[in-house]
Amino acid sequence: MNPFKHARNWSTKALPVKDPNFGHPLDTSHGPILYVEDVSVSFDGFKALNNLNLYIDEGELRCIIGPNGAGKTTMMDVITGKTKPDEGSIYFGQQINLRELSEHQIARGGIGRKFQKPTVFEALSVYENLELATAGNKKFWFTLTRELTGEQRDRIDEVLHTIGLAQSRFNSAGNLSHGQKQWLEIGMLLMQSPRVLLVDEPVAGMTGEETERTAELLTSLAGKHSVIVVEHDMAFVRSIARKVTVLHQGSVLAEGSMDQVQSDPKVVEVYLGE
Amino acid sequence: MLTQRLLTSDKGGMLVLGLIALTCILVPILNLAVPESSPFHVSTFAVTLLGKFLCYALLALALDLIWGYAGILSLGHGAFFALGGYAMGMYLMRQIGDRGKYGDPLLPDFMVFLNWQELPWYWHGFDMFWFAALMIVLVPGILAWVFGWLAFRSRVTGVYFAIITQALTYALMLAFFRNEMGFGGNNGLTDFKDILGFSITADSTRIGLFLASGIALMLAYLACRYIVTSRAGKVIVSIRDAESRTRFSGYQVESYKLWLFVFSAVLAGIAGALYVPQVGIINPGEFSPLNSIELVVWVATGGRGTLYGAIVGAFSVNYGKTVFTTFYPEAWLFPLGLLFVLVTLVLPKGLVGLIGRFKKSKSTSKQEEQP
Repeated sequence: MNPFKHARNWSTKALPVKDPNFGHPLDTSHGPILYVEDVSVSFDGFKALNNLNLYIDEGELRCIIGPNGAGKTTMMDVITGKTKPDEGSIYFGQQINLRELSEHQIARGGIGRKFQKPTVFEALSVYENLELATAGNKKFWFTLTRELTGEQRDRIDEVLHTIGLAQSRFNSAGNLSHGQKQWLEIGMLLMQSPRVLLVDEPVAGMTGEETERTAELLTSLAGKHSVIVVEHDMAFVRSIARKVTVLHQGSVLAEGSMDQVQSDPKVVEVYLGE
Repeated sequence: MLTQRLLTSDKGGMLVLGLIALTCILVPILNLAVPESSPFHVSTFAVTLLGKFLCYALLALALDLIWGYAGILSLGHGAFFALGGYAMGMYLMRQIGDRGKYGDPLLPDFMVFLNWQELPWYWHGFDMFWFAALMIVLVPGILAWVFGWLAFRSRVTGVYFAIITQALTYALMLAFFRNEMGFGGNNGLTDFKDILGFSITADSTRIGLFLASGIALMLAYLACRYIVTSRAGKVIVSIRDAESRTRFSGYQVESYKLWLFVFSAVLAGIAGALYVPQVGIINPGEFSPLNSIELVVWVATGGRGTLYGAIVGAFSVNYGKTVFTTFYPEAWLFPLGLLFVLVTLVLPKGLVGLIGRFKKSKSTSKQEEQP
């Protein structure tokens, strides 16, 4: 029925979830790392997501495009636990049911999210921003009494270089340029050692040069992480995408390479009107 | 390492702590050792007044910790202060023994007056100081825990949280006004005789209470510094600035807010407990919503988000209040309201921010002189 569907192996049992220690290796033996199946969400009768099916492979860089109101942000909300779906299932690997987890558990478990508007902690320095995002025990009593380990400090330095902010580590995050804030936020995601990165409109408001650097950054991250990019800027999508998914009215309209998608008559109709 | 973290990186705090320490050394000497005829003598009245201010400063510190750092505006912090005060008041009532007007060895006067035959169950144990001390910490702490758990779990924030805390303190005030509650109703608890065996009116006891308040304030300041300079402190600031970002960074925001709120309530309770023996009375008026709002004005005036700012604010506003009410006892609310408006409009960072601004303009003008 659905050409994109290659369902999760349902004979695999879901893991019990209390505080999921995602420490054990994630079971991605069937290829995808993220399964979004038949998910529907409605707000006051408006169907923001309508039987959405989406599979993200391990290490893949996927671009998601679609007109306004296609459900792109809602899709991110559903994956990260901010919105609970009315129907459908969302699995992380073969065994972890994301529907049963809350935002901070999903974040600790390895799904990082960058917001559309760059949100960094403006009162803190660049270094402290990354320090906060560091993977590890995030309970109150632990953070109250323990300092970072040397290993975690090294990781912060590494990420500072990856995002090109090593020079401004002690600057206040509030004084960074728009583009730098976006990179810092991506850096904060990286500190969580995520398996999946959800990036919402990373190049909105960036200069041409900044956009180029962001493209390089995101491409370099793919492979180590699965990266899902939601973006309006078609030139940018073309420059990084290997596979593109087009959303429309809460479900998948087309999926494939950029060229395939752009020549798809359904997509042309949605974007250009009749 | 730890002293560096808590003290030397915090110049304003060092200065304020130093002043408190100095007061704690000088005032007892000037009160007890200097004869009354000397112009340097500090009267016992002034000692008690200063001791009261120290308790207010501790309360302001407690509020600043949650309002200035976590952005949680509590308009009911006076409730925790009053509960700590009542716990101490109950201990002091039990110490009166048969020296009350009615001479009942067990029942406080107001219970005899109400024709009660036996001590209510919740008054048991308060004849022992350790038990009262435990309650001073536990009662505000547990109330804050339950209240905070319900509020934060439902993600009640901002103005809504402020309103329900206001309702909390108002409800407690109405409850404590009732005679049936067993806390002395309208009149509250008063007529205390002694504390830990020392007469409560003796000069030396007054000095002891004053010192206890000063030491409590300094220790609380260091504890708050420890929290805000720890990693947890940075998480708390991030919650204030970008709550959902913090949540998506893997922090359970509610639990951070909850523990901070509980700690703040405990500090407020301790402040109340030190306050009551110095003023000699605790009544339901302490729960009045107005008190909690005044407290917010102290913190705003001093400068929220800097712990020492809260102390500066508590001292300066209360000093102003003391002076003003001597001349115009009824009109205090007008300057208070005016102060709040002015601080909000002109001094968003309070007095402490004003000093910082002054310093900055001085240093920039210096740079201009020597290019």
